[in-house]
Amino acid sequence: MKELPLQVEVKSKKVFKVSNLTKTRKRSDYFWAYLMIAPTMLGLFIFYLWPIVQTFYFSFTEWGAFGQYEWTGLDNYKRMLEDTNLIKSFKNTGIYIIFTVPIGIFLSILVAVLLNQNIKGKSVYRTLYFLPVITMPAAIAMVWKWLYNSDFGLLNYLLSLFGIKGPQWASDPKIALYSIIVVGIWSGIGYNMVIFLSGLQGIPKTYYEAAEMDGAGPFRVFFTITMPLLSPVIFFVSIMSLIGAFQVFDLIFMMIGKSSTALENTQSIVYLFYQHAFVLNDKGYAAAIAVLLLIVILIITAIQMVLQKKWVHYD
Amino acid sequence: MKKWLIMLLTVMLGLLGLAGCSNGETTSGDAKDDKVEITYGVWGKAQVPVINDVIKLFNEKHPNIKVKVELTPYGQYFQKLETAATGGAMPDVLWMNGPHIAQYAEGKVIIPLNDLIKKDNYSLDNYPKSLVDLYTVDGKVYGIPKDFDTTGLFYNKKIFDEAGIPYPDDTWDWNKLKEVAEKLTNKDKGIWGFGAMMENQGGYYDLIWQNGGHILSKDGKQVGFDTPEAIEALKYNISFIKEGLSPTLAQMTETAASELFISGKLAMKLDGSYMVPDYRVNPDIDVTIPPKGKNRAVSIHGLSNVIAANTKHKDAAWTFVKFLGSKEVAEEFAKSGVVIPAYNGSQDMWLKSVPNMNLQVFIDALEYSNPLPSVKSTGEIWQYETDVLKKAWAGEESVEDAVKELSKKANEALSKN
Repeated sequence: MKELPLQVEVKSKKVFKVSNLTKTRKRSDYFWAYLMIAPTMLGLFIFYLWPIVQTFYFSFTEWGAFGQYEWTGLDNYKRMLEDTNLIKSFKNTGIYIIFTVPIGIFLSILVAVLLNQNIKGKSVYRTLYFLPVITMPAAIAMVWKWLYNSDFGLLNYLLSLFGIKGPQWASDPKIALYSIIVVGIWSGIGYNMVIFLSGLQGIPKTYYEAAEMDGAGPFRVFFTITMPLLSPVIFFVSIMSLIGAFQVFDLIFMMIGKSSTALENTQSIVYLFYQHAFVLNDKGYAAAIAVLLLIVILIITAIQMVLQKKWVHYD
Repeated sequence: MKKWLIMLLTVMLGLLGLAGCSNGETTSGDAKDDKVEITYGVWGKAQVPVINDVIKLFNEKHPNIKVKVELTPYGQYFQKLETAATGGAMPDVLWMNGPHIAQYAEGKVIIPLNDLIKKDNYSLDNYPKSLVDLYTVDGKVYGIPKDFDTTGLFYNKKIFDEAGIPYPDDTWDWNKLKEVAEKLTNKDKGIWGFGAMMENQGGYYDLIWQNGGHILSKDGKQVGFDTPEAIEALKYNISFIKEGLSPTLAQMTETAASELFISGKLAMKLDGSYMVPDYRVNPDIDVTIPPKGKNRAVSIHGLSNVIAANTKHKDAAWTFVKFLGSKEVAEEFAKSGVVIPAYNGSQDMWLKSVPNMNLQVFIDALEYSNPLPSVKSTGEIWQYETDVLKKAWAGEESVEDAVKELSKKANEALSKN
């Protein structure tokens, strides 16, 4: 902030002294800056970075009861190659991502654009769309579990009014994953919508006015002005929701019973990790799964970073 | 306006910090007065009111020992405990069940009580021998029995009356159960004759024993799920679902069988005595002796109170455990009706706690009951049971294939011991 007056003084003959003074001042600035962020950084190191290092180490070990473990080298990773459950959980997570991320982004852009218009009671609608975000996932899962209940749920009751016998939404192995996807999309729209809204409001009005003068229709305006200018936000949201979708756990954990046959077709990578780490007490293998997930997310995010040059416009 | 809000938040945070400090001061103050605080880890929510009463009684005699109850639902209890044991942060006194005792005793995270028992001349004759044996590992006693539960056949009197069928009694066998279940099943009314749940205690374990099978071989090296007796018992259980006499597994995972039973959608159900507090809300529900297979058999299991090895207040913990094992506490639990206390002779009071149910069957069951097997890998085996047997329950796999897979996994787990 104070660079301007200093630059002026650089031109004078007392260059040496002044820059020395700048250095000390800068140093003390750094000191205070680091001191201020120290509590957060400390927390980050203790609760995030150190566990990541430890997880990496534990992925080469096998665990016995009560924290005893021994080094087994690459055994856990070799075991992964033959683990059909792991492959299946990757497939499940993949299906979940393919549906929730694009559909979720599409719907939240749609909602954001609609709620960016001057309509009556738009703040009420915005609140309504945002409500699922501030609701606990456990509560969301409980409500949907009841909606999906095949004998006493609201959904199948409504279908029965039209003489249709509804399926077992949450326990039919063929349908259950898609039922969870619906909940995943529904509960994610509000959060993305708010980010898109702020992105939309950052687009200068003059572009729209100019387009209007040139006689562009609403679709033309959307695709040639809104979309390109919103692309950095879309990029950000797609990275965040992809990472979020990779880590889906709570909805599956809450909605699919442990003795349900739909579990094999719904369990995600993180669910499998939980199962090995805390139910089967197989923490070494669980750590290996976590490391694999980390690597996969890293690779996919890196690919996204490269591809973004083709479609994201910064100006 | 914004500044004002930030000020308010800062003040609130500051106050929180202060509150934290003051808390810390009081505890250290307590220590000076020789007061100790111990924690008591439990999972049964229904029992917490009774436990609180018991702690009040305890504090009348020992005002210097403060007991804090830590409630964790059963689904997470042993996961949390495992982590706590690893970090040396287990509750001082805690509930233990049969399937986990071997693992915790051999892992040396709970302490053997023999020396304390000897020092105080504490008598273990007051509890059923099978329960004391359950908590004895390598000749050392680790837990003082708290309660026990056996299995009964619960039934809904109203459904029987409407169908004009006499209530079940001790003449019943497997065939009779099936026959009556067929008669009581009424698709129009949405009533099923029998709930063929996928539960081991109070479910397929009982049936396997009734059919002359076993869960674990005598040397503890092999499971008995793939024996003809066990396969037949599992098939009998699943046949209720196949023939439409029981809700399907999917239906029972969506709506718990116990809820279907309480709301009058199920006519009969095998269940442990621990379900009595839930079922007594429906006055139509009564209980009788489970039908006979080749033998008469049910499972028995009971909890005990154990002391963590990481406790800093071993004496206080032992004083509390002794009190929990006393007749006085047993009677307190008996009156409430939530569990059958393990203390011999205190069961009479429990019988009277729910007058409209024939609870005597649970006490009579002591004569023909089999304890749930307990080995180091029981927890793991139970997980495999759920993972594999559900495929047979849902009809996706034959019982033969399922038990083959289950036995292979379970025997592998056993060989790791």
